[in-house]
Amino acid sequence: MHELQVTQLMLNVVLEHARKHEVHKILAVHLEIGKLKDFDQDWIQQYFDYLSKGTPAEGAKLKIEWIPVILQCAGCSHSFEVDIKRLAEIHCPECAGTECSMISGRDYRVKQIEVV
Amino acid sequence: MEEIRLIEVKEEILADNDAAARRTREKLKRDKTFLLNLMSSPGAGKTSLITQAIKELRNEFRIGVIEADIESMVDSRKVASLGIRAVQIKTGGFCHVDASMVQKGLDALECATLDLVILENVGNLVCPAEFDTGAIRNAMILSVPEGDDKPLKYPLMFSVCHLVVVNKIDFLEVSDFDRKAFGDRVLSLNSGVKMLDVSCKTGEGIPAWANWLRQEIRQFTAG
Repeated sequence: MHELQVTQLMLNVVLEHARKHEVHKILAVHLEIGKLKDFDQDWIQQYFDYLSKGTPAEGAKLKIEWIPVILQCAGCSHSFEVDIKRLAEIHCPECAGTECSMISGRDYRVKQIEVV
Repeated sequence: MEEIRLIEVKEEILADNDAAARRTREKLKRDKTFLLNLMSSPGAGKTSLITQAIKELRNEFRIGVIEADIESMVDSRKVASLGIRAVQIKTGGFCHVDASMVQKGLDALECATLDLVILENVGNLVCPAEFDTGAIRNAMILSVPEGDDKPLKYPLMFSVCHLVVVNKIDFLEVSDFDRKAFGDRVLSLNSGVKMLDVSCKTGEGIPAWANWLRQEIRQFTAG
């Protein structure tokens, strides 16, 4: 359910920037989304199509750039990417440490909009 | 024909909520009110853990509770029956609470007159992790019957918490829950996290839970 609210907030950001630049038609929205987010592109596109009706963003396509999940080792500070399907096997490739903190992967950003 | 242009936006989608959460934290700091955001699956023991905290701490701190159940008033009545100030925020079917809803709850509680407010978030391990509520600390409860694989399935939730409480440890003996594997999985995502083992039923670990809260509140109000 939170997808609907997130999509509305994303649309607000898009429309505000469109207004600032006096844009009448948005063709595409480029997003940067962390791989850790439970973000299903098809669903979000459907929500977006529904919410954007009658706005300059109507019909715009969402284009997603997935941001990798990067962990930092608490032992040696080395940063490394992990596959979220293999979270059971996390260890630092430098020192084999298993205690880490997350430095990216939770991103939720509008990067740019394609307009005419 | 008009030319296609690219406009740089570079803006966080949740920027408005994040700003509202920051304002809430600044106000809490001025009021010296500690807000704990408590999250878990339905049935993991949020209300029980809150009830235990109230019993342990009510003589030391002025306590209030914000209940964010989707429909019912059951939980807030349970807390109010202990003589504690409680407000229910109706989320209108939403699966989470955001910072502006929580601020309304804090206002209704007149939180400046309280030392500790516990927010009982909506019961699920996905949506509440997405929204900064303005809380000073995030805690979650994982109960033994849910299984030790939950950090693998809901890594976002485990990555945003300061405290993970493992509840219903009286079930450990009759379950195949691997406590060590669970702890390792949590630490691999969030090395700074604190973990506590409790049983709201037998009372085991409850003093440690109360003590964690006590220390966090004192540190917050001193700082």
